[in-house]
Amino acid sequence: YAWDANEEYLFKAMVAFAMRRYSSKSTTQISNVLLCNVTDRVSFWFVVTDSSKNVTTVPGSEVEAAIRMNRNRINSAFLLSDKTLQFLKITSTLSPPVEPSTPVWLIVFGVVLCLSVAGIVFLIVSGIQKHKKRNKESTERENLEEKVEVTLENGIPCEALDLKAGRINGVFAADDERFTSL
Amino acid sequence: LSATPEIPKEDGRPKWDNKFQYILSCIGFAVGLGNVWRFPYLCQIHGGGAFLIPYFIALLFEGIPLLHLELALGQCLRKGSVGAWNTISPYLGGIGVGSWVVSVLVSLYYNTVLTWVMWYFINSFQEPLPWSVCPLNENRTGFNEECYESTAVNYFWYRKTLNITPDIAESGTLQWWLILCLATCWAIVYLCTIRGIETTGKAIYVTAIFPYLVLTIFLIQGLTLPGATDGLIYLFTPNLNTLKNPRVWLDAATQIFFSLSLAFGGLIAFASYNPAKNDCEKDAVTVAVVNSMTSLYASIPVFSVLGFKATTAYWDCLDRNIISIINEFDLPEESIMRQNYTSWVSFLNSSYPEKIAGLKLKSCNLQEFLDQSVSGTGLAFIVFTQAIILMPGSQAWAILFFIMLFSLGLSSMFGNIEGVFTPLLELQIIPKSAPKELLSGIICLISFLIALCFTLGSGSYWIDIFDRYAASVPLLVIAFFEVIGVAYIYKIKRFSKDVEWMTGRKLNLYWHITWRFISPLLLLTVFMAFVTLQMLKPPGYAAWNPKYEGFPMKEEKVYPPWVQAICVLLPALPCVCVPLVALFHLVKQKRRSKDPSVVPPEVFSCQGANS
Repeated sequence: YAWDANEEYLFKAMVAFAMRRYSSKSTTQISNVLLCNVTDRVSFWFVVTDSSKNVTTVPGSEVEAAIRMNRNRINSAFLLSDKTLQFLKITSTLSPPVEPSTPVWLIVFGVVLCLSVAGIVFLIVSGIQKHKKRNKESTERENLEEKVEVTLENGIPCEALDLKAGRINGVFAADDERFTSL
Repeated sequence: LSATPEIPKEDGRPKWDNKFQYILSCIGFAVGLGNVWRFPYLCQIHGGGAFLIPYFIALLFEGIPLLHLELALGQCLRKGSVGAWNTISPYLGGIGVGSWVVSVLVSLYYNTVLTWVMWYFINSFQEPLPWSVCPLNENRTGFNEECYESTAVNYFWYRKTLNITPDIAESGTLQWWLILCLATCWAIVYLCTIRGIETTGKAIYVTAIFPYLVLTIFLIQGLTLPGATDGLIYLFTPNLNTLKNPRVWLDAATQIFFSLSLAFGGLIAFASYNPAKNDCEKDAVTVAVVNSMTSLYASIPVFSVLGFKATTAYWDCLDRNIISIINEFDLPEESIMRQNYTSWVSFLNSSYPEKIAGLKLKSCNLQEFLDQSVSGTGLAFIVFTQAIILMPGSQAWAILFFIMLFSLGLSSMFGNIEGVFTPLLELQIIPKSAPKELLSGIICLISFLIALCFTLGSGSYWIDIFDRYAASVPLLVIAFFEVIGVAYIYKIKRFSKDVEWMTGRKLNLYWHITWRFISPLLLLTVFMAFVTLQMLKPPGYAAWNPKYEGFPMKEEKVYPPWVQAICVLLPALPCVCVPLVALFHLVKQKRRSKDPSVVPPEVFSCQGANS
């Protein structure tokens, strides 16, 4: 927006408003605020006179304090910020950054930790189950092999038999009398 | 005669699900944080595009031959580093032990770097990013002093993350937030390595591929940023004069060597899980080439972002000067723009020189901003984070960037842990009936407890020491002995027969020449040059001391004697394993040779072990 007499009027009004709020006297008028040395850069000097005390100027420290108190309102009136509307010699008090009650990082950290611990527990448990299943399977397989061996060898190793002489059935070989007595 | 079904003869050794997993694991191990934050820096300070010449020469004569050697060794002998070298010759067993010790030392400190990455990652979910604003001081009149004098990014890194002490001798306290992150990192490492390659093989699909996705996203975004082209031109403009400096060649050789993660024993362990008949030659070339291409590919987004950051800093500098000129001369807004800044300044200087001099304008030079080169943690945690604040949608970029760094580091950790895990598994430290999960759990727990030292206030100084001393010289020594051991003790003839048996083709002359002559010679030269350079500058460090007069510059300090002793001990420990084990076996052999009933050890052969 262009800086014209209306904007100057608004500025004077805001300064008067600030003075009124600060000193809680309702005597400051717009006519008490005087602007001088207005440049194209839109920079100027201003003073506030005190009509009740013989048209003397209000001390600078009071004006500074008043403006500092109402800085926000003055900025908003002009849709500007502390950086774009600069009062020389008045540094702005800084507002602290917003801190949520629980730091956000703790929440994210909790999520990550829980996920990894859950993964570990899952893997360990599945590992134990697989281990148990494998143990059961290997003992079953061992039993199976023994049975197979037994059926193969039938109590007597096949190689030990003299095949030419015929097979001796071990069930009957246990009997002392191999041949029937004549 | 048997009626039972043919039970295939298993040696109980785990194996990769498929070849792709194996290649990806090797690539993941080789591609790490160094590809992102060391290679672009080296490229920049050593003459841009010209650095690629010594880099590719080193790749050809040092990187690929050594990589092929390790992969072939592991695949042939089917054992981890300790077992493999013991098999080749008991006198060379020390090489395996040395590799194992280095892997242990590196695993300890590497995960702490990942802890920092994780800390930044979980802090990236806040709006605004915590490293973009300075906190206020007590009476809220201004910013925290330490933060104000340096930058918000520096403050977050040195104070909020590390809580660094001004001196290495002052240990400070344990930082609880770092301990929490460290525990999480080790939990994640345990989760992924819990059953050795069975679990890392699955995890590697994510951790090895994801960084490439993010790099591509950053590449596209980076190229659209203003000033990106300046950064890229600056990076790649070749300055062939730098090649005359031997330092450049040394840096290229060391970068290739450390970038491929050789001599850790991790590659031998990975290859040992392969089927015996596998083309290790092609694998080696693939992994080495992919690693180098990744370095190049990563340097493009890194330098686009750095160029963007330099341009923004340059514009800020100009803007500050413009504001002060406008204020001083009461000129209307927007009368001086960045484009006509120089003409305005010269005009004003000729008409009002005293006023201009009184303003004390800072000279703004884009080249100066581009020259500020950083590598290592400074690049990731200070420079890059600053650049991210300036991008629109900073949270998303920060989250992506730190997840990418975390995956890069995690896949390298898998290789480190495998280098520790496989030899222990083979030495049967724990009884065979105990599950593998127990061994990996013990490794992770002990490493976590020792790594707590790095969460102290002085922790980052210690990590620098470990990085500079434990992970540099010993690797060169071990790799040198590896090549000599295979080429001259195991004999190249035998080894080439083994490799022929595995790959199915005759060994190329290139491998003969490099394994026998070029690589050992190169390694020896690099080792001597490296050690000489290290000796030249007194071992010191740059401390962050807020009470220093030159703050925010870092204070240069020298290590106290006890720290210097540790600096010597760290590389000595793995190196001394090599002669110690050889000596031990010599003594054992002398004792045994007095006993006449000794059987000479059988000659080992690759094919024999696998028939």
